[in-house]
Amino acid sequence: MTSHSLGRFLDQYGGAGSFLSVCLLLILVMFGLPLFVSTFGLLQVTILAVMSIFALSQGFVWGFAGIMSFGQAGFLGLGAYAYAVAVINYGDSTLAVPISIILPMLFAAVMGYFMFYGRISDAYVGVITLTVSVILFQLINSTSGSQYRIGVVELGGFNGIPAIPPLNLIGDPSRPLDQTGIWYATMGGLLLVYSLLRFILMSRFGRVVVAIRENETRAQLIGYDPRLFKLLAFVIGAGIAGLAGCLYVNWAGYISPGVFALTMSAQAIIFVLVGGLGTLLGPILGAVLIQWLINTIGDQGTVDPGLGLGIILVAFVLLFPKGIVPLVQAAIQQALTLRKRNVGSPLPVDADPLQSGAE
Amino acid sequence: MDLAGLIAFNVVTGIATLCLITIGLGVIYGMMRIINLAHGELMMLGAFTCIIATEAGINIWISIFVLSPLVVGIIGLVLERTIIRFLYGRILDTMLATWGMSIGLTGLIVTVFGNNVRTLANPAPSFGIGAYSTSLYGLVIVAVAVGALGSLFALLRLTKFGLILRATMERPGMAAALGIKPDTVYMATFALGSALAGMAGAVLAPISGVSPVMGVAYITRAFITVLGGGAAIVTGTGLASMLFGTIDELVSFKASPVIGSVAMLMTAVVLIRIFPTGITGRFLRRSL
Repeated sequence: MTSHSLGRFLDQYGGAGSFLSVCLLLILVMFGLPLFVSTFGLLQVTILAVMSIFALSQGFVWGFAGIMSFGQAGFLGLGAYAYAVAVINYGDSTLAVPISIILPMLFAAVMGYFMFYGRISDAYVGVITLTVSVILFQLINSTSGSQYRIGVVELGGFNGIPAIPPLNLIGDPSRPLDQTGIWYATMGGLLLVYSLLRFILMSRFGRVVVAIRENETRAQLIGYDPRLFKLLAFVIGAGIAGLAGCLYVNWAGYISPGVFALTMSAQAIIFVLVGGLGTLLGPILGAVLIQWLINTIGDQGTVDPGLGLGIILVAFVLLFPKGIVPLVQAAIQQALTLRKRNVGSPLPVDADPLQSGAE
Repeated sequence: MDLAGLIAFNVVTGIATLCLITIGLGVIYGMMRIINLAHGELMMLGAFTCIIATEAGINIWISIFVLSPLVVGIIGLVLERTIIRFLYGRILDTMLATWGMSIGLTGLIVTVFGNNVRTLANPAPSFGIGAYSTSLYGLVIVAVAVGALGSLFALLRLTKFGLILRATMERPGMAAALGIKPDTVYMATFALGSALAGMAGAVLAPISGVSPVMGVAYITRAFITVLGGGAAIVTGTGLASMLFGTIDELVSFKASPVIGSVAMLMTAVVLIRIFPTGITGRFLRRSL
């Protein structure tokens, strides 16, 4: 077994140890950070957690199901707008949150039906998802004027929807969450999504999804319908992106068509590519790292963040297509095997005695 | 009657516009199987070249038909040599890399020129169709689109260069065995596609306005048309442009341009559900 496939094996099934340590880390950050950081600092870190959830949706759909979704921002935006419209109309976030998850899932189901049951190639899936997200952006952008309203909410076109109420305690609109509460909700969401995806990947369903990524024809011959499994994975990814959208609105307090923009989809791709394809920890790390970088470049103001993002994307495709986490895993794996050899475990059969003697 | 004439004129212009937007993408996709997500940004660079050249006092027609294709062709050449050529055969990686190029180029132009819209004076006079008045520039677009499709067809079908191009795309190994360098051919094809994109951007600049983020407005239409058209460059682009251009213009007239795009997309999605390889994947397979 090569070090790379071993790394991937550990990440998927090496099970409980790494899963619990990541969860523990997330919980530590969740409850530890408010003790050390001001409310303003917490606000800046909350967006990193929101983007991590968004990155996980891309990471699952692309890294595990092998679907080239280039338009995850479409689902992020749908979730964000669904939450905004629902919470203002109902005056209560209890129903708005599930709506913000379910609406993108329904949309993804229709889209996925045409893509996967049409059996179009991976590259075409990329093009269609990208095109749909751009058209959603243009559509929402053109809704200025009071005739475009859902219930009492004007969609507001380019300006978006202002003053969106935050989450409140379940069933009690009189008690909205403050900034610290939003932080707990976001981190709780991240923890939930991470655990859910780990669970899915360990389940039979998840293994079939990964099997289809590895070899679609073989999986089909065994008796699994790749179209159905891809569709379901795509729909799950859309739901997670919708949740990220809902939390994004809570962080920002308003929503504009910018969430649908192509750069948003590109960011999700970059998070996953930089962090590591086919891992769950990778997208989270990638999101934190890159979003922090974007914020820093954006604050500085002389260079457009797009320039940096573009260079990072090209550089990673050319130089490190596997991303950081698998790279580190491979390095650790290599260090471990070297150490084992030095300690004097039985030599592999094909090892050169001269070479190991020289070490 | 006047209205019908105006609509007919707009439909023809719309089809020609779609042809122009798509042709550069079609050359690169049809010949090299690379989906160039930086296509819109190459058009944007063409438009910028045109506006900078005209502001420097160069004749607008020379800027559109000579300078823009030349400059963007060279940029395409450089991008192919430095990035794309390492990724041949990996279609998804090329998509990611060209997407990176697209974001990077937009970011670069925003950094240098600022994120604002510039306008280019429309060089053609307007004329009347009965009670309605419209710009003669539409005829320029139609002429350029027909000219571009025609010369591309002639290039591929009648010249030795075209023969080498088609041979390399069909069987790179065999072409190489016969003494052709596939690497050089790919390079030339990418530069040709880029130059066509640059020219398209420049031709449309007087109508669209020029801004660093204008590329996004084109790519959806271009992608839909290429997907719908299939692998044959000239026939596919032509047929798909006719279909989608007509739908787009008619729906845009009835509703709004955005709804026109939505109608185009929905037609394309249904079309691809029926013919997964596009129109020319099913009909006229031997065409160019």
